[in-house]
Amino acid sequence: MECQTLEIQELHVSVEGKEILKGVNLVVKQGEIHALMGPNGSGKSTLSYALMGHPRYEITGGDALLNGESLLAMSPDERARRGLFLAMQYPVAVSGVTLYSFLRAAVSAKRGYGEAARASGNQHRQGHLIPARQFRQEVNEELEKLRMDPAFLRRYLNEGFSGGEKKRAEILQLALLKPAFAILDETDSGLDIDALRIVSAGVNHLQQEQNMGLLVITHYQRILNYIRPQFVHIFLNGRIILSDGPALVDRLEKEGYEWAQEEFGEQQ
Amino acid sequence: MNPSASHDQLRDLKDQAQYDFTTEVDYTYRSRKGIGEDIVREISALKNEPQWMLDFRLKALDIFFKMPLPEWGVDLGALDFEEFYYYMRPVKQKGHTWEQVPGAIKDTFNRLGIPEAERKFLAGVEAQMDSEAVYGSLKREWESQGIIFVDMDTAVQQHPDMVRQHISKVVPIADNKFSALNSAFWSGGSFVYVPPGVDVKIPLQAYFRINAQSLGQFERTIIIAAAGSNVHYIEGCTAPQHSEAALHTGVVEIFVNKGAHARYTTIQNWSRNVYNLVTQRAVVEEDGAMEWVDGNLGSGITMKYPAVILKGPHAHGEVLSIAFAGDNQHYDAGAKAIHLAPYTTSLINSKSISKGNGHSGYRGLVKVAKGAVGAQSKVVCDALLLDPESRSDTYPYIDVHEDDVQIEHEATVSKISEEQLFYLMSRGLNEEEAAAMIINGFLEPFVKELPMEYAVELNRLVQLQMEGSVG
Repeated sequence: MECQTLEIQELHVSVEGKEILKGVNLVVKQGEIHALMGPNGSGKSTLSYALMGHPRYEITGGDALLNGESLLAMSPDERARRGLFLAMQYPVAVSGVTLYSFLRAAVSAKRGYGEAARASGNQHRQGHLIPARQFRQEVNEELEKLRMDPAFLRRYLNEGFSGGEKKRAEILQLALLKPAFAILDETDSGLDIDALRIVSAGVNHLQQEQNMGLLVITHYQRILNYIRPQFVHIFLNGRIILSDGPALVDRLEKEGYEWAQEEFGEQQ
Repeated sequence: MNPSASHDQLRDLKDQAQYDFTTEVDYTYRSRKGIGEDIVREISALKNEPQWMLDFRLKALDIFFKMPLPEWGVDLGALDFEEFYYYMRPVKQKGHTWEQVPGAIKDTFNRLGIPEAERKFLAGVEAQMDSEAVYGSLKREWESQGIIFVDMDTAVQQHPDMVRQHISKVVPIADNKFSALNSAFWSGGSFVYVPPGVDVKIPLQAYFRINAQSLGQFERTIIIAAAGSNVHYIEGCTAPQHSEAALHTGVVEIFVNKGAHARYTTIQNWSRNVYNLVTQRAVVEEDGAMEWVDGNLGSGITMKYPAVILKGPHAHGEVLSIAFAGDNQHYDAGAKAIHLAPYTTSLINSKSISKGNGHSGYRGLVKVAKGAVGAQSKVVCDALLLDPESRSDTYPYIDVHEDDVQIEHEATVSKISEEQLFYLMSRGLNEEEAAAMIINGFLEPFVKELPMEYAVELNRLVQLQMEGSVG
């Protein structure tokens, strides 16, 4: 099988007329783990939202390709169905929608149950959904891996969830949707050390099992002790200013971002 | 157009066809078109009514002619009382088994799923087409406990004293022009009596079908829950889409006696050409509880304010409602809670969705009379607007004559948030599915109060309303 890639080419993104991303270049191949590190406000989350297709983020130049095909004209759901996933830093609450029904609808959409039902003329009320029994089994397995209480499924999506619960719910979605490429946006924030360990183990397991391409966005090195990147990129002022191997993480941890700013920030 | 969209449209057409069909009926009687005393007399004579009922009708007609149309709420400018048929009888005789119902009419209710629902989860069913009940049955185990569940015409013949004691006692003839109209021309509707202490564990259902063009349907319902009893009554309403308007003007009166509990659930899916102008009210005695669970989706123009009159100490009333106003629909709906006794409590939760040029308004009254110390009332109105031209209004009236009370009112107006849509879409749901999920979530507090079968039905009706709204 051909190697899948997520390729970002000279991407420029504006929000409300203000340019945030100023020419981002990055290639993530299937099976690779990349870390994107940068201080708050450097535009890391803008990159993740723009890749997923948030309507408020306007692409003013460049391109983003999934397996050679531009994502830019695709709606967020098309991007998701083609194998892109974003674990969000601040997932929103949707009142009245249980986590269970949301997950079941999302898994069904991703795996094409709706289209299959339409193609075969299946008119059954739940024909567009993954069979309940099969789904229940899958979701229970994933809940166990993430040490989550099944009662969680009956709660309304992200409503009243603690920071840590939200992050676990994001990773639960990742586990069920099994994307080819996942972006984890500040997944470590809000997680205590035990939760971080469990969530990271879950991500690592999936990454290996699915040979997933991962882009881990963070401003601490903490999560990178558990999810080990092969490539590390420093992100500053809307650009990647430096890319290197895992040793870069330690240097950032010891010396902060300032040296990188001084050495590499000006020249672009 | 992509293939899936065309398939969805086909499915939706099919769904609408489930309600939008007209049955060929050889009416055994049809009054002339238009309004008049001659028709009142005809109806009463055909029904072989006692003199007191004819007098009641004639008095009501007189009041109707004298009363003005309401000048607030919806636009009734196009309503012409001469354009309706006030009485159409589809069968000679009502059936007590479905075999006794004429083929085409039986097929109609089969198509609407009524006999199946009856077998599976209902204690009894009254099915009405146009002006008369065509079928009625109460399962033996409930009948043997002394429960009465018949159409109102049968009640006038078999239980005249009970009818006479209760009719127009909660909704006076002159309450409004439409209660007077109903009192003059009423036909069909249900009469329910639940004896003291009897708990009807599964629902009774009445199904109202308007079939004929230009019909006026005027069902009249009385429900009496004797002390300590419990009853849940569900009404379903559908009609085909005709070119001419139909008029639905029902009156419902409920008597919740000491310590009794009654729930009245409506899933209203009239067609757009129906004027739905109804008066529904319950009086609740000491320690009793009344709940209106009111889902409105179909009719074009609606005025409806289910009311609870909390007459005895510690009486409790709830009105939980949703209205979904699509294109060319206007709901002026709401609730009334009248606190007459100490420590009475009420809860009103009104949710509305407006789509396209749909317009939904909440109009509510909370009144606390002098002496109703310790009364508590909470009103929550949530409106969801789907399009820039959609409209929602809130008119809460509060009238308090006692100091020691607690009244709360909250109102929100919201749109489907971009962040929620993006979040759901980023997981693979298309825009329409994502919007439907958010809307279902908005309605969840209402839907979870419905028996499962009705919840499924309501979700489907919401999906129908949502068709083509986004994307």
